[in-house]
Amino acid sequence: MADNYRIAAIGDKDSVLGFKALGLSVFPVESLDEARHTLHRIAKENYAVVYLTEQLAVQMEADIARYKDALTPAVILIPGKEGSLGLGMSNIKKAVERAVGADIL
Amino acid sequence: MPAAVVNPTRMELTRLKGKLRTAQRGHKLLKDKRDELMKQFLDVVREVRTLRSQVERDLMRVHSSFTVASALMSGPAMEQALMYPKQSVELSMTFQNVMSVNVPVYHFQTRTADNGDIYPYGFAATSGELDAAVGALGEVFQNMLKLAEIEKTAQLMAEEIEKTRRRVNALEYVVIPNTQDSIRYITMKLDENDRATTTRLMKVKDMILKEAIEQRQAENARVLEQN
Repeated sequence: MADNYRIAAIGDKDSVLGFKALGLSVFPVESLDEARHTLHRIAKENYAVVYLTEQLAVQMEADIARYKDALTPAVILIPGKEGSLGLGMSNIKKAVERAVGADIL
Repeated sequence: MPAAVVNPTRMELTRLKGKLRTAQRGHKLLKDKRDELMKQFLDVVREVRTLRSQVERDLMRVHSSFTVASALMSGPAMEQALMYPKQSVELSMTFQNVMSVNVPVYHFQTRTADNGDIYPYGFAATSGELDAAVGALGEVFQNMLKLAEIEKTAQLMAEEIEKTRRRVNALEYVVIPNTQDSIRYITMKLDENDRATTTRLMKVKDMILKEAIEQRQAENARVLEQN
């Protein structure tokens, strides 16, 4: 049960480079296609958590939705260096709407 | 009207009654499950919201200190400094069962236990801003992992609630009323059959009686005539 998993960070280089110092697997990507590709590739591998910058996530919602109901990986949005787009918050809102049928918070 | 054509037989009636009982019990149980899930889900969501806003705020601070650091150092030098991490994170995952939803629980171990010992570079060649940035990131990271755990939990629970809600509604508004209608239809049909049988028997009895009376009368007439 308690296998060892890894943690990944995907994003533009400046946003994710720092995570390297913490021992995360960092995947700096240049383009959207590359990000998509990387996400699908590491989803098949032994990653439990994937941190993805919102700047990329905003354009790959369909790809992220694929992993929403799967146990691994957990795709977690983080603000990139350009700032937060409020995407992570709106995702929580969407989850509430999905569960309750209305936004009650 | 029953939704589907049902055989108006006693056997079918017994079967449908059993089905109705099961559906009603299932409905009650699922409703309880939904309510409890909802309660826990809302707790989790509240937690996610506060933690997320905190993490986002902290991360922005980290980003800005990284920006400062990269302004003071050349790009390649910074990359070089961060290239070979001293720290490594090992994550193990167990599952916790919350109302039949398996949610992940992460346990992570870092290779170097001391939080102050995570800098993968010598201090001579790098700027102090980088130390601050890396240190701050290390602090945020604890919360980021916690966030990953509860956000995933929220997502998984949302899915389960949606499923349960659909099931409850399907039972409440489709299965149970339809079965009740079918049962009513069969009982009516059976009662109607009973009444039909009774009247038919009464009619047959009347006819037999009439015949017997006529026979007796004819016999009496014959006897009278002979005398």
